[in-house]
Amino acid sequence: MKSRSAVTNIVVAGLGGQGVLKASDILAEVAFVSGLDVKKSEIHGMSQRGGSVSSDVRYGPVVFSPMVPEGEADYLLVTQEDQVAVNIHLLAQHGVVIQPAQVDQSELRNKKSLNVALLGVLSHHLSFPEEAWKAAIQHQLPEALHEANLQAFALGRRAGNQ
Amino acid sequence: MPSEDSKFEKLFLGGDEAVALAALDADVKLGSGYPGTPSTEILETFERLGGRAQWSPNEKVALEVGIGVAFAGARSLVTMKHVGLNVAADPLFTVAYTGVDGALMIVSADDPGMSSSQNEQDNRRYAVAAGVPMLEPANSQEAYDFTLRAIEISERWHIPVLFRMTTRVCHSKSVVQRGAAIPAATPAHFEHDIRSRVMIPAYARPAHHRLREKLEQIAEWNETSGLNTLTPGSKELGIITSGISYQHVREAVPEASVLKLGMTYPLPLEVMRNFAASAERCLVIEEGDPYLVESARMAGITVEDKPEMYRFGELNVPRVRRIVDGDLSPEAKPVAGKPPALCPGCPHRSVFTALKNLGCYVAGDIGCYSLGVLPPFEAMDSLVCMGAAIGVGLGMRHVLPPEQAKRVVSVLGDSTFVHSGITGLVEMVYNPPPTGHVLLILDNGTTAMTGLQEHPGTGRTLEHASTGKVVFEDLARSLGLRNVTVADPTADPKGFEDLVRSALEKPELSVIIARRNCLLAAKSIREYERCNEEQVSGD
Repeated sequence: MKSRSAVTNIVVAGLGGQGVLKASDILAEVAFVSGLDVKKSEIHGMSQRGGSVSSDVRYGPVVFSPMVPEGEADYLLVTQEDQVAVNIHLLAQHGVVIQPAQVDQSELRNKKSLNVALLGVLSHHLSFPEEAWKAAIQHQLPEALHEANLQAFALGRRAGNQ
Repeated sequence: MPSEDSKFEKLFLGGDEAVALAALDADVKLGSGYPGTPSTEILETFERLGGRAQWSPNEKVALEVGIGVAFAGARSLVTMKHVGLNVAADPLFTVAYTGVDGALMIVSADDPGMSSSQNEQDNRRYAVAAGVPMLEPANSQEAYDFTLRAIEISERWHIPVLFRMTTRVCHSKSVVQRGAAIPAATPAHFEHDIRSRVMIPAYARPAHHRLREKLEQIAEWNETSGLNTLTPGSKELGIITSGISYQHVREAVPEASVLKLGMTYPLPLEVMRNFAASAERCLVIEEGDPYLVESARMAGITVEDKPEMYRFGELNVPRVRRIVDGDLSPEAKPVAGKPPALCPGCPHRSVFTALKNLGCYVAGDIGCYSLGVLPPFEAMDSLVCMGAAIGVGLGMRHVLPPEQAKRVVSVLGDSTFVHSGITGLVEMVYNPPPTGHVLLILDNGTTAMTGLQEHPGTGRTLEHASTGKVVFEDLARSLGLRNVTVADPTADPKGFEDLVRSALEKPELSVIIARRNCLLAAKSIREYERCNEEQVSGD
């Protein structure tokens, strides 16, 4: 069932250390800067120790719960293929999975930018302007990482276009 | 994070960050606390924004410091996770009697569902038990606004205020409009007021009466405080709720009328009574214990409660739908993700390998090393609360037959040792078991589990500046212990195992400090040390 209001639901998932929370921060900022109501939820704590991590981002005119209800995620973005199975119950019937195989990782300038490359793939599905994504990436990451991540984003966005 | 010249009129903040920002805007003079998920980011953010914040050895001390700040007429913020309030409960119950001169806001960050905790206790019960007003924000905007209100309430009635958050409020981000509508703080000052602050029985008896009078006044005020909001809707279904549950309710049953309680102690019982009477069916939806339900029923208000199965874990939109539908069918088990594990190369790994090889009975404790309970180690036999490793290990040693007693070790981390292990160490010296005992302090130079915070054993403050340092081996020796050894478990795993074996064989008390910096913290620690040394040599 699609959520009753015009809320877009995105779940970002992976393992601790793969930049799951950073990716969801960038995504949430893009939605926030565009003037929408946004909520983002995540579980910290044990996440640094390599376990499963996920973060929910929801945006629309009004968002109540910060958690994406089961079966209502429009997009599931995973930084590691085996995390699809862990989160698939969240995906709506019409939902789209975005995963590492969609990006040619050998072309990444920095392997750790896979999270941002996958945001590039996702960005193709969403209506936010490319400039907003670039600005959020630059705002959320230290300057030394800008170039590699902008390259990763562009790579993902091209892949999403294909 | 925002700054004074923030380019956005609105901010996108986590609940913890919003509390910190409000504390800054309210001119809170000192924030104190002990790190604990999901509360840790409050003080870290407060410090980053320019506020003055300190980690205390534990929550009890943090609250006592906060009480002192408030006795001196200033505004004080004290933060902890839910189980931390158990540690701080002693001062809490009596500061409710003394009251305060400035403001005292105590954050209890509860963890329904136990994403990172050993229990899911519902600390709303503490507000009732201690007799302190309680506010419950439902998103980051309310985390900001209610912080200001909590400080106002604390100053108006000279009473500490419990600020009860939950994981999904602390760690969810949402939009915040900043605006500090709060009277200016008065400068810190102290005046004698012996009868108010010295709780000998003769002065405590009238203090208890004063407390109940205050609570009566606050209850009356709360009927129209503006902290509780009504969303009109269907007459057929009315829902009373609070905190994050409100968000799930609005989404799951948009047609319902909803009474959202922002101040949940003392409750606005007349507002609740009128609301319940106006609905054909009045349902209380609350995470955790049936606190609101029981309070309503005691006041003679007819309400329907959630089935017992929904007492466990967090609520969410689908679960609220099930509660409304009275659905008692079993819920699907969540798919298990990859569990966390000790990092590759973590110094705790060789410790637990040794304990497993030696067939130890391990009285464990709370921290990253709790992961020693999982495969491949499975080398932990108990975990109760912060510092319990020592007492539990000693108790086992006292009663087990010698052959078994000799296998018992107590294991706890550096920050946990400072938090609640020192009194356990004193117990070990004072009441030694006949077979002796072995205490392992796993000193990785940081509070790793909660995100690498400093503690008194690191010799650095919350903001990583150099300060006094508690040296564990010196402390142990000062108590008269003779077998005190410091060893690096990673550098020589075999030697470490031999060291533990020989300690187990002796009917004596031994303290082994396994010292090697956490891999995740090692680089930062080197950097802090370099900066602090440069500062010393530059002076």
